[in-house]
Amino acid sequence: MLWEIDVHPSTDQPDRDAQRLIESASATGFTVPAAATARGYLLESAALSREDVQRIATALVVDGVVERGVAAAVGDPALAAAPPSRFADDGSVRLITVLLKPGVMDPVSQSAEQAIAELGYPGVAVHTLRKVWVDGLDRDRAVRLAQTQLANDAIERFQLEPLSADHFTASSGYDFKLLRVELAGLDDAGLMRLSREGQLYLQLAEMQTIQAYFNELGRSPTDVELETIAQTWSEHCSHKTLAGRIAYRDGQREVRFENMLKETIFAATNELRRQWGDSDWCVSVFKDNAGIVRFDEHDNLCFKVETHNHPSALEPYGGANTGMGGVLRDTMGTGLGAKPICSTDVFCFAPPETPADSLPAGVLHPRRVMHGVVEGVRDYGNRMGIPTVNGAVCFDPRYLGNPLVFCGNVGLIPHAMSFKQPQPGDLIVAMGGRTGRDGIHGATFSSAELTSESESLSGGAVQIGNAIEQKKVLDALLTARDRGLFTAVTDCGAGGFSSAVGEMGEEIGAEVWLDKAPLKYQGLSYTEIWISEAQERMVLSVPEQHWAELQQVCADECVEATILGRFEPTGRLRLLYHGNQVADLPMDLLHNGRPPVVREAVYTPPTPAPLVAPARDDYTADLLAILGSLNVASKEWIIRQYDHEVQGGSVVKPLVGVGQRGPGDAAVVRPKLDSRRGLVVGCGINPRYGDLDPGAMAASAIDEAVRNCVAVGADPARIAVLDNFCWGDCEKPETLGALVRAAIACHDTALGLQTPFISGKDSLNNEFSHLDADGQRQTIAIPPTLLVSAMGQVDDVASCVTMDLKQAGSALYLVGHTLDELGGSHFALVGGLTGGVAPGLNAERARGLYTALHGAIGQGLVRACHDLSEGGLAVAAAEMAFAGGLGATLDIDAMGESASLAAPVRMFSESNARLLCEVNTADTDRFEAALAGFACTRIGEVTQPDELVIRSGDQVLVRSGIERLREAWAAPLRW
Amino acid sequence: MPTPRALVLRAPGTNCDAETAHAFRLAGAEAQSIHIQRLLAEPALLDACQVLCIAGGFSYGDDLAAGRVLGGQVRLRLADALRRFRDAGKLILGICNGFQVLASTDLLDLEDAHGPLATLTRNDSGRYEARWVHLRTAPSNCVFLAGIDRIELPVAHAEGKFVARDAQTLASLEQGGRLPLRYAAADGGEPCYPANPNGSPAHVAGACDASGRVFGLMPHPERFVDPTQHPEWTRTRSDAAGAGLALFQNAVRYFG
Repeated sequence: MLWEIDVHPSTDQPDRDAQRLIESASATGFTVPAAATARGYLLESAALSREDVQRIATALVVDGVVERGVAAAVGDPALAAAPPSRFADDGSVRLITVLLKPGVMDPVSQSAEQAIAELGYPGVAVHTLRKVWVDGLDRDRAVRLAQTQLANDAIERFQLEPLSADHFTASSGYDFKLLRVELAGLDDAGLMRLSREGQLYLQLAEMQTIQAYFNELGRSPTDVELETIAQTWSEHCSHKTLAGRIAYRDGQREVRFENMLKETIFAATNELRRQWGDSDWCVSVFKDNAGIVRFDEHDNLCFKVETHNHPSALEPYGGANTGMGGVLRDTMGTGLGAKPICSTDVFCFAPPETPADSLPAGVLHPRRVMHGVVEGVRDYGNRMGIPTVNGAVCFDPRYLGNPLVFCGNVGLIPHAMSFKQPQPGDLIVAMGGRTGRDGIHGATFSSAELTSESESLSGGAVQIGNAIEQKKVLDALLTARDRGLFTAVTDCGAGGFSSAVGEMGEEIGAEVWLDKAPLKYQGLSYTEIWISEAQERMVLSVPEQHWAELQQVCADECVEATILGRFEPTGRLRLLYHGNQVADLPMDLLHNGRPPVVREAVYTPPTPAPLVAPARDDYTADLLAILGSLNVASKEWIIRQYDHEVQGGSVVKPLVGVGQRGPGDAAVVRPKLDSRRGLVVGCGINPRYGDLDPGAMAASAIDEAVRNCVAVGADPARIAVLDNFCWGDCEKPETLGALVRAAIACHDTALGLQTPFISGKDSLNNEFSHLDADGQRQTIAIPPTLLVSAMGQVDDVASCVTMDLKQAGSALYLVGHTLDELGGSHFALVGGLTGGVAPGLNAERARGLYTALHGAIGQGLVRACHDLSEGGLAVAAAEMAFAGGLGATLDIDAMGESASLAAPVRMFSESNARLLCEVNTADTDRFEAALAGFACTRIGEVTQPDELVIRSGDQVLVRSGIERLREAWAAPLRW
Repeated sequence: MPTPRALVLRAPGTNCDAETAHAFRLAGAEAQSIHIQRLLAEPALLDACQVLCIAGGFSYGDDLAAGRVLGGQVRLRLADALRRFRDAGKLILGICNGFQVLASTDLLDLEDAHGPLATLTRNDSGRYEARWVHLRTAPSNCVFLAGIDRIELPVAHAEGKFVARDAQTLASLEQGGRLPLRYAAADGGEPCYPANPNGSPAHVAGACDASGRVFGLMPHPERFVDPTQHPEWTRTRSDAAGAGLALFQNAVRYFG
């Protein structure tokens, strides 16, 4: 018997989901005069009576004060009836029911089943659904509304007819049959067809290597062997492009790399560690899930930033949700398990005002993408209780088909727990969520769903996370870690058990009993179990004598743990399913057998073109335009949806100043409640510079990330950085050339700033192809985008500084050199100017400057400090003023050796390594002494009248009240 | 009097238990975080402690509704133990999700023969809201708020709007001193959004039972026990402990 409980807002309560639907529908061209919504629960049980269902509704599901419940058997007309009083005329109202597709995670159903069982009704199966009643749409328009606003085809389906089923279709079983893939005799074309159609995405040389290997053995590979090799050799798991052979030339030099990343970015870190010798504070770099550095006498910090771009393009909420979940598992799988402390999120979107009718087919509207991504990250981070403390959002039309979603996390881990070493004979234990068909490419199936017809899951890569499951896993994992119950742990990310077990067993060998894996539902083949990317799972290496205690720890936290196999010292990966051997591969083939591919990389600098800044009497309008440009404008709408204070360690928040109305430079967190030591998180990203010079973009991103941290008080001698390269198709030599140029700049800048890279992650092939109105194939490639994330440290958080002006009368100092570097600037953006030179960097000099400034901050000489980035000096001064509720007067003629530059250059150039500092007039001598030897100019003062004035001698170039400046900054993304 | 013992209850999805236990310790209590499974198996654990605090987070994912599943467990399976606990003159505190849990039980005296008198429902903004708010107290016998007139604390929730069954019920709860904590405007005027972050009628931020010993509130006092947690601490550079500590100190002092 199938029952349904619908939950409506009471008639005297507003229907907010309906209001939001009417608004978003209107923004995309639908006129919906009235709408109503309900959430529904389907309950299947042979044992439930009508009274039981009514009791479940009242006791558990419906809030009697603000909600109204309708409980009935599925098919009862009462369930389809339009809610009373929401519509003037019920006659034309249509009901749209939205359901999850088969196999898609439904976290609510699990809790609901448990709660119903505790109420005294065990064995009830629950599915959730959403219902929407709309007025004023014919059937075609209603379908269109459902497609664009209500249901995402990747995970959901909808219907306009009322539900009529009387049971969930039972899942079909699975009959074992060993599958082999015939490789012998395939020519090159045949191999490539197999690679493509089997979704292996291997290159010809790789397919040939596999063919030769099995030819020699005299047998064909099983399907799961081929899948395992494809997963291990995939770009995602092995970074074969950037860690591969590359022949690079840029007109001045030709370099041949054996391993490009190792010879550029890793090499700089290795060189720094060599220089530091005994005082090296890096612990583990480019090895584990995250890079690890020393924090204090007892603990280390680890840091990782992941990308989750392709899933977020298909299903923004699920993609971003599992992106956050995935990076948290990276932290949990670092060493013997680190505790997640805080997160950073950076997004790149097409502008939200993109006209809906200009979108290519298959592209979601940027506004919908933004909503989904922000909510997906929010719901994972908030629910797991990890504060999101830092972030950035970049807009560019070229992110239309490929939005970028970067999720990062910092973890805390004791020194003694920072390394893992699985031992021969250890049990392979899976812990956490169950395995389903989630994330299996191209899987088609029918199970556990309402309709009897088969459904195909179009977005095989798309999943929804279950943050609470992962919170339970975290609680159990840290307890087990502290009791020493396992020797190694890693997360199940891309590739599922295949990559987790393959990685852990690389030096030993492993035997896996696939039939032991707990499944969400029946019917999975041995291959599906092995490669499923179902979320919230970790794999542990457990000495047999600890198994019973581990099992108890997991039971105490309501977490499932299962023995999957054993690390056998054979050097081979053997997979069995109910005793049948389905794979037998040497670990060496998986990890060292991939043939090297040499790629061509060419960088040709664009032809230099001058940028002539217009000469004006007054630049106030330019300043207002930059403050209101999307990259600069306030992100408060996002920030306020993220819990940035859970765990109780918040010191410098994302928004600072009077009423928290100004943009902080970097976040500061005290990860240990009984310690004053802080960690600092900042980031740098500016794809606009990359159009002019990817090398300058890389240097600028690193400098900005470091500068952000220094501005709040981080010690420049203890800042570590991460790289995330998001690029287009690197099979194109020019695209790869731009990346290599950026990587070389990363090497040089890291050495100059003495700032080590400790980990990184790349995402290539961010290009979107579609047919335009004339049937021509068009490709949009994202701008080369490098995100640099920085993690700093501060001895005592009491020395930290924020960017809001503190007191009228203080002196303002510009620190650092200003150059004619308006190329890629926001002044150029809002003025429609092209050409010019992107900001360069003298990294050695910047390092010295930051050290000197840090000394001044440590002496308490700096009351406010803000880094100069987008919009340069004028924007920094404006932000400091409105954040502090005070005015400021600046005279740009006092800019020392830069005073000869044109006025707009002095105000808006985005030269790196510059900061604006507020200094008490009593401290100016000591401040100047601390900065001796570096560019440091007293450029103005803080004033009581709340007005920003920038003058050049007697000529006033900018004059505006600070509320007007603030409003220009706050308004554009105030959603 | 020996040091009071606080039991900080957590469930799958609770995520504020560590800092809440820390706040109790700073205030001078002994504090221990304990899983609901453990307490369900051994309700007598309550006998050895003086304060029960249900910490914030997303118990059981807030599936069905915020606090509903844990509230059901507490109500169905700990009813006797908690009635004894309350009748023994001990204290119960629910913070954020803990308030939502308490609101799904009968411990706050928020129900009559016709059902619940009030509930916590979705914010008017339709969104999760993480921000600092000003609060004022209304006259009451609430133990936790003794001596507090005004206080600043952060909120972080999506379902914190306190809605009474009807206007009469709200008025009667107000007059009975049962709604002792209210959102306030910084300048003392009427708190509009975002000063009232969720749209609660009468700006209700917390509710207590008739005895004043059971208290639930949406703001997070455990997030303001250190001076550097205040969003404007770099402007004042005050060394004073965070004002939220006073709630925990009041609980400890009650047994002093």
